[in-house]
Amino acid sequence: MKELWILFLTFAKVGVMTFGGGYAMLPILQREIVENKGWATNEELTDYFAIGQCTPGVIAVNTATFIGQKRRGIVGGIAATLGVVCPSLVIISVLAGVITSFSHLTWVQHAFGGIRVCVCVLIFNAVLKLWKGAVRDIWALLIFLGVFAASLFTNLSPVVFVLLAGAAGIAIDLIKNPGGKGADPT
Amino acid sequence: MIYLRLFYEFFKTGLFAVGGGLATLPFLYDMADRTGWFTAGQLADMLAVSESTPGPIGINMATYVGFTIRGIPGALTATLGIVTPSVIIILIVAAFLKSFRDNRFVNAAFYGLRPASTAMVASAGISVIVLALLQTELFRATGLVTDLLNWKAIALAAVLLVLTRWVKPTKGLHPILFILSSAVIGVIFQF
Repeated sequence: MKELWILFLTFAKVGVMTFGGGYAMLPILQREIVENKGWATNEELTDYFAIGQCTPGVIAVNTATFIGQKRRGIVGGIAATLGVVCPSLVIISVLAGVITSFSHLTWVQHAFGGIRVCVCVLIFNAVLKLWKGAVRDIWALLIFLGVFAASLFTNLSPVVFVLLAGAAGIAIDLIKNPGGKGADPT
Repeated sequence: MIYLRLFYEFFKTGLFAVGGGLATLPFLYDMADRTGWFTAGQLADMLAVSESTPGPIGINMATYVGFTIRGIPGALTATLGIVTPSVIIILIVAAFLKSFRDNRFVNAAFYGLRPASTAMVASAGISVIVLALLQTELFRATGLVTDLLNWKAIALAAVLLVLTRWVKPTKGLHPILFILSSAVIGVIFQF
């Protein structure tokens, strides 16, 4: 019980210190999990992180579940996950309430007008970063263009794109390497 | 049962959004479209707040959207919904760690998924650009191309792009600094 509590608290701390998620979280995990607690090695952490990125869901939660289950099985995975989401729940709920009650003020609307411009740029930069790891050859470019056009001009659910793209990935691999070892696992 | 529906919508997002927090964005736009629970404009603001507060973006977004729909119980339901598939999948993957990483078909599927996920985030970005940099309503009223572009916003976007990508001393800075400065500029220049 005590160890579950420590798992929860440690990951709550990671949650508070993470700004932005994703890669921003790696150095914090390295300090808390590898150096302070010794719950995993740097190599294991990198592995969990890589898998967390390519499995569905929020990377921070995936990594927390991994480390939690390594320490204490399924219950440990759940404790770590609850820990990492707890700060978000508290902070956002408080903030959302405050913002809602001020959102009719003109200057608040102007502030969000400026912020939206910034969000455009941040998403643009994030897309460029994703692009580097994702679009490596002509096939991947075709998938990108197809999904991009389809999500702009149709009302299909993103779920459809995810399923089709996964199937396309397997089909392309079978065409390129018939009977071979398959794609480079990176 | 709004809570059941909320849980289901976020469960689906958690199950299919691959590649971290921002990958949930296209699903949330789709949700706004279909359910009318919140607008695309609100979503852009929630994203800004989620990037500027502690915690993983994906979780912050889920909490915020849930809170907008049904207060604190809504925030809890949405967050539990988005993490449940992660927890289940990771517990399964952890049991087969080695064979998962080396499996040909898993790798091939992800080879196809990554560009698709990138494309969906890009397309969500286009929606934010339309909202923030263009004045579609004014354009419809006047028909002037010069009215379509929101010049103040485009100038700010250009400056931010240069600062976040090419200027050495600023490009490593935390996004929160750019978000806060944009808010101040928005107030001063009345965006």
